[in-house]
Amino acid sequence: MQLVLGGGGGVKTSSMSTVSGEGNTAMSSEDSSSPDEAELELGLGLSLGGFKAQQTAVKTKYARILTAKDLPSGVSTSSSCTSSSSSTLSRANATAGTKRSADSVSAPNGASSQVVGWPPIRAYRMNSMVNQAKSVATEEYNSVIGKNKNNTAVLDKTNNGSNMNSNNFKVRTSFFVKVNMDGIAIGRKVDLNASGCYEALAQTLEDMFLRPIPTINAMRSSAPEHNLMVDATRCPKLLDGSSEFVLTYEDKEGDWMLVGDVPWGMFLSSVKRLRIMRRSEATGLAPRLQERNGRQRSKLI
Amino acid sequence: MVSLCSFISYYWEEEKRMNYFPDEVLEHVFDFVTSSRDRNALSQVCKSWYRIESSSRQKVFIGNCYAISPERVIERFPALKSIALKGKPHFADFNLVPHEWGGFVYPWIEAFARNRVGLEELRLKRMVVSDDSLELLSRSFANFKSLVLVSCEGFTTDGLAAIAANCRCLRELDLQENEVEDHRGHWLSCFHDSHTSLVSLNFACLKGDINLGVLERLVARSPNLRSLRLNRAVPFDTLQKILMQSPNLVDLGVGSYVHDPDSETYDKLVTAIEKCKSVRSLSGFLDVAPHCLPAFHSICPNLTSLNLSYAPGIQGGELTKLIRHCRKLQRLWILDCIGDKGLEVVASTCKDLQELRVFPSDPYIGHAAVTEEGLVAISSGCPKLHSILYFCQQMTNAALITVAKNCPNFIRFRLCILDPTKPDAVTQQPLDEGFGAIVHSCRGLRRLSLTGLLTDQVFLYIGMYAEQLEMLSIAFAGDSDKGMQYVLNGCKRLRKLEIRDSPFGNGALLMDVGKYEAMRSLWMSSCEVTLGGCKTLAKKMPRLNVEIMNENEQTDFIFDDAQKVDKMYLYRTLAGQRKDAPDFVWTL
Repeated sequence: MQLVLGGGGGVKTSSMSTVSGEGNTAMSSEDSSSPDEAELELGLGLSLGGFKAQQTAVKTKYARILTAKDLPSGVSTSSSCTSSSSSTLSRANATAGTKRSADSVSAPNGASSQVVGWPPIRAYRMNSMVNQAKSVATEEYNSVIGKNKNNTAVLDKTNNGSNMNSNNFKVRTSFFVKVNMDGIAIGRKVDLNASGCYEALAQTLEDMFLRPIPTINAMRSSAPEHNLMVDATRCPKLLDGSSEFVLTYEDKEGDWMLVGDVPWGMFLSSVKRLRIMRRSEATGLAPRLQERNGRQRSKLI
Repeated sequence: MVSLCSFISYYWEEEKRMNYFPDEVLEHVFDFVTSSRDRNALSQVCKSWYRIESSSRQKVFIGNCYAISPERVIERFPALKSIALKGKPHFADFNLVPHEWGGFVYPWIEAFARNRVGLEELRLKRMVVSDDSLELLSRSFANFKSLVLVSCEGFTTDGLAAIAANCRCLRELDLQENEVEDHRGHWLSCFHDSHTSLVSLNFACLKGDINLGVLERLVARSPNLRSLRLNRAVPFDTLQKILMQSPNLVDLGVGSYVHDPDSETYDKLVTAIEKCKSVRSLSGFLDVAPHCLPAFHSICPNLTSLNLSYAPGIQGGELTKLIRHCRKLQRLWILDCIGDKGLEVVASTCKDLQELRVFPSDPYIGHAAVTEEGLVAISSGCPKLHSILYFCQQMTNAALITVAKNCPNFIRFRLCILDPTKPDAVTQQPLDEGFGAIVHSCRGLRRLSLTGLLTDQVFLYIGMYAEQLEMLSIAFAGDSDKGMQYVLNGCKRLRKLEIRDSPFGNGALLMDVGKYEAMRSLWMSSCEVTLGGCKTLAKKMPRLNVEIMNENEQTDFIFDDAQKVDKMYLYRTLAGQRKDAPDFVWTL
C-alpha cells in the first residue's frame, strides 16, 4: 500500500475523484471546508486518481505519513465537494483533448490506481475472485477431502506476491473501515481489501499509527526510503503480542473481538471497525489475550 | 400480452353495453394473468377491475422496499402469498452505497406476521436480513415454502438453522451470492428427518464446512429434489454419492471437484453422471482439477445453462473441450480467460445462445483477456443472442456497429471496458457511434450500460432511439447537462437511471422534475449536482425521497447550497421519509 502525495498543477485535485464516497483520506478531520486552494493533494491508500492523473501519480510515488503541516489550509480532504469537483476537473481535462486513456494504459510499473467501485463487479464476486486467485496460485491439486480453503498463512505469501506483480493498474472494490487508536483523537480509515491478510493489515496499521513521523526534509533524501524498506521487513508487532497495543475489531453484533482468531474471509464479513487498544485496557477481551500476556511475560523472565 | 390487450379493448366495448360481469368470472380470467406488469395493467382498466384484481393477486413485486409501506401492500392485496422485494440501489453491489444505508427486511416480515398474511414465498434482493428476521419468518407462516436471497447480507447460518428447523413445508432455499457469516455446518442438521419436501437447495455461497453425512441423508430423503448447488466444502466423493441418489436433478452446482481421475471414485462418478439425464443447468466447480472434467461430457449435450464464472481453474483446452459438447446452450456465464479464440468456439458451437456473461478473471491485473473480436464473433455466430454482459479490454465503433447489425434482438446490453474512458482502440475516437448503432438497431433494448470515451452525442442517440429503454447505467461519460437531458427527454419508458462520475448538474436534474415520479429511482454520485439543486427538487416533488449521503458527517456541509453532493439517491414513494435512515443519510 502506498501513501501518495500529489503535486500541484492542472490535475491537482483529480486524485480526489477516487476518494469520493468512501472517505478514504481520513487524514485529519479538522479540515476546513474551503475547496479552493490545493497546492498539495492528499491521497491515502492506492488512490491515484485512476485514469485521470497518471502523470501526477508517477511523479510522487513514494510514501510518507502526511501531517498537519502538509495540509494546505483550504483543502478539505474528505469532503464530498472536493471529490466531485475534482471529478469535474478530471472530466474537463478529459474532454480538453488530452488522450487520457493512452496515458493510463502506459502507467509505469508500481503505480497502482484504484477507483472506488470499479470495475463494476458485485462485491461478493470480487471477494471470491480475490480468494480464489490466492488459492489457485498456491495449491497443487490435492486429494484431501475438501476443507475450507481460508488459510491465512498461505494467503499472505501470495498476497504480497500478487501485489508486487501487478504491472498495469489494479482495480478492485475497496472495503474501508474506520481505525481508531487509543490516545489519538483523529481516526483513520483502512481498506481491508487492499490488505488481503492479517499480516498486511497489521503492517499497514503500524505504518499509519506507530511509525515515528519523519520531517518533510528528511523524506526528500533517500535515507528515509531506506528506513521504510528496513521497517517493512520487521514482523508486524500488533499481531504478535510484543507491542504495547493490541488490535481489536467490532463485529456485526457489536462485540469487540481480538483480530486474528478467525479466517480472513470470515473476519471481512463481520468486521465493522477497528481499534488499536492499549494492552492494559484490553483485559476482559478473550482469555487468549491474557494468555498471550502471560506467555510474553514469562518469555521475558 | 397482445391477446390481453385485445381482450381488454373488447371488454371495454362490452362494458359500455353490459353493466356487470360476474366477479368470479373475472377473477377466473385474471388467474391466467400472472406477470406483475400485466396485472398492473388490468387494475387500471376500471374501478371494479382494480378491486377484483387487487383482491385476488397472490404474487406481488415491490421494486423498492421504501416506495411503499408493508401495511399498505397488505391492505391492497389481502390474498398475498408471494412477495419479491428489492432494497439497496444497484450501485450498492459495487460498494458505492455506504454500509448500513438501509434495506431492512424485518419490518416487512413483522408486518406480515402481525397481519396474519399467508406468506408462502419470499424473494429478496440487496436487502439486510438479520437472523432475527429469519427466525421470525420461520415461526410465523405455517405454509412457508420458498426463500430466495440474492445479494443480501446481515445473517448467519443460525438464521438458516431456524428456517430449516421450523419451515416444515419448505421446498426451496436458494442463496445466491450473499455475504453470510458462517457458524459452521450445523444448520443443515436442523432439517427434520420428516422433511422430505425439498425441491431446491442452493448453498454455494456459504464458506464454511458442511456435515457431509447430514447432507447425504437430506438428499436421500428428498425425492423431489431438482436443484442442488453445493459449496466448496462438499468434496468429490460426496458429489458422487449425491448424484447416485438424485438422478432426476435438473440443476446442479458442483462444489469442490478435485480428485484423482484414475480412482474408483472417479469411475463411480462417471456412472452416476451418465444416469443424470435430466440435468439442464450446470454451475460451480469452485475448486477444480480440470482433467476430471470429461466426466461431465456425457451431460453437456443436454445443457441449456452453464455457469463457470466461479471456476478460474477451468481454462484453455479443457474449457473449449467442454464447450464443444454443449450444443444446446442458451445461457453461458464464463470468465474472460476463455479469450477471443474461446469465444469463437462458443460462437461456432452454441447456436441457440441467448444470454452471455463474460466476467474478468483477475481483480489485480487491469487486463481483460477478451477484446472486441470476441464480441463480434459471438454476435455473428449466435443470432438469438438477446442479453449480454461483457467485460473487456477494449472496444471499437466498427465492432459495435457489426454487433448491432448481427444481433438486432438485444434486450440487455451491458458493456464494461475495464478502463472506463477508453476510446475506440483503433481510431481513438469516442464510442458514441458504436453505441448509437446499438440503440438504433435494437429497438427492443430495455437495459443498457455504457463505458468508454463517450460524449454528449451518445446520449443524443439514446434519447432518439432507445424507446423501450428502462434501465440505463452511466459511468465517466458525457460532457455537459445536455447529455442527461437528452436521456430524460427521450426515453419515455425509463425507470431506473444510475450515473456516476459524469458532469451532469442541476440543469439536467431540474429540467423535468415530474419525470422522476414516472421512474423508480435515480442515482447520481460524483456528478455536478449541488445541495441547492437537490433541495429545490425535493421541495417541488414531495412524493420523492431525495436522499443525500455524506459518509464523513461534516456538518458544515449541510448549510452550503453550493456544495456539490457526493451521492444522491432519489426515488418515488408513497411511504414518505423513511425512519430507519442512518446518520449519514439526509432526506431533504
